[in-house]
Amino acid sequence: MEQQLDFQNMQKRTNRRQRALKVLVYGFLSLWALVVLFPFYWMVLTSVKSYGAYNAEHVPALYTLEPTLQNYVDAFTTVPLLGYLINTLIFTIVTTAIMIVVSTLAAYAFARLEFRGKNLLFTLFLSLMMIPSELVVITNFVTVTNLDMRNTFAGLILPSVTSVFYIYLLKENFEQVPDELYRAAKVDGTSDLKYLWKVMIPICRPTIVTVTILKVIECWNSYVWPRLVTDDPSYYLVSNGIQEIRENGFGRENIPAMMAAVVVISIPLILLFLVFRRKIMAGVSRGGLKG
Amino acid sequence: MKKNNGKAWLYLLPALLFLIVFMVYPLIDVFIYSIEEGFNFASQTYYGVGLYNFSYVLHDPYFLQAVQNTFLLVIITVPVSTGLALLISVGLSSIRPLRELYQTIYFLPYVTNTLAVGLVFMILFQKTEYTDGLVNLVIELFGGNAVDFIDGPYWAKMFVLCFYTVWVVLPFKILVLTSALASVNQDYYKAARVDGTPRLRVFTRITLPMISPMIFYLVITGFIGAFKAYSDAVALFGTDLNASGMNTIVGYVYDMLYGDSGGYPSYASAAAILLFAIVLTVTCINLLVSRKKA
Repeated sequence: MEQQLDFQNMQKRTNRRQRALKVLVYGFLSLWALVVLFPFYWMVLTSVKSYGAYNAEHVPALYTLEPTLQNYVDAFTTVPLLGYLINTLIFTIVTTAIMIVVSTLAAYAFARLEFRGKNLLFTLFLSLMMIPSELVVITNFVTVTNLDMRNTFAGLILPSVTSVFYIYLLKENFEQVPDELYRAAKVDGTSDLKYLWKVMIPICRPTIVTVTILKVIECWNSYVWPRLVTDDPSYYLVSNGIQEIRENGFGRENIPAMMAAVVVISIPLILLFLVFRRKIMAGVSRGGLKG
Repeated sequence: MKKNNGKAWLYLLPALLFLIVFMVYPLIDVFIYSIEEGFNFASQTYYGVGLYNFSYVLHDPYFLQAVQNTFLLVIITVPVSTGLALLISVGLSSIRPLRELYQTIYFLPYVTNTLAVGLVFMILFQKTEYTDGLVNLVIELFGGNAVDFIDGPYWAKMFVLCFYTVWVVLPFKILVLTSALASVNQDYYKAARVDGTPRLRVFTRITLPMISPMIFYLVITGFIGAFKAYSDAVALFGTDLNASGMNTIVGYVYDMLYGDSGGYPSYASAAAILLFAIVLTVTCINLLVSRKKA
């Protein structure tokens, strides 16, 4: 009897300790979630405060009772935010599209076709993955300047297309498609291009979608190369645009309008993320390059 | 299988063209630039060949400042972010309800524009005539003195830069570590449970050794990433990083190339090669250490 009581006490004590640990874990996780979310809350909040109200607050208010959309109107009318967005959209779509076509063709050649020097060439390809972009950006800048392609979409897009890593990812995926399908297609007289288009791409669609999304994120956020090759604001992408807005836009004091621009720039990717959450997270854990 | 040489090269042609023009050729060219002394951008001429560019860069106070900033950033953010990511991932894998929600939230910084969200951090930390800024008000609430983190003392600026960098790089690390933790064979934990092993011991004896390859992977990529830090600093302190004394090595390379202080591809090349040498050395050391431990 006594022993049983003892056991119950022990059980109770461990339960209590476990509960305390749970609380601690949840508290810690919530704290970090707050650190992550707070800047987003702050940017949305600031963007709906009126200019006068914002500057009158010595102690910034944690909420507002008079939200206004005036800042969004300002963001689109006093600075060429819409132009930046359109430029970025064009840049992102064209770069991603060319990248997908070029990478798919190359990955197909590596995965399915036989040719002399294939292994050597693939090794060379892989070693290119280790080259940091900082080393090649210098000559690219000189090349683009000499070709008179500064402040053009061609100058922005062409050097941003190459991506050895995505070729590698696609090649790995293409290789998983059974050889039998290829032989059957060959017997039927299907051309390689048709086989790629009708069989390979549909089977490997998930990987292609992942690669596309990762490239879109990369393009939308790219800053360094666009900054180097564009100095005409009518070719700025959003990253440069926001920097321009910060330095010469509304004047340093109009922070609410600046925040409205930040919200507008951030929304497309956040939406993309919420829609393709699983795909993006799976893709990044396989091949994220940021970090 | 029959060899189809011609066709294969045709498929590879576009990728090869892009890679040769924008990667292989520039890679060779950067070494040539770095030894051409007194290169003039306008006339594309130079006086001679030598190591002067390297010596110029190594004696440039801006470069030394950039090296100091970069090393501080690396030494602080890599351990902090990896440790924090480990803590958060372990916490995440020990709970069931709300786990997905937390994971989604933690991943958000990955899909945001570094430059744009940096502005939010700037206004949170900045002290202006109008307001001390939210962070400073919190500091004052606890009896501290307000500091301008954006335009004030060096350590304050360094702190914001490190904080923002950790904020930006954590999503990737949490993601990698959470999937590493999920792939640890549960039988080990069950066995430990049967033996009544204390939690801490389970963590140090089972969890850590099982996920150590992933931790090393994160440390190595973290070092490489932190050495290349640049846009985080621009987001916080503006494009003129030399003026605020917060430049990074990569920032120095770009400033040499373009902008108000630009037009010196030779110096930029020399600095980029020095950076590459540093990163390569550190990565090799990392690999050696991890090989010995693993």
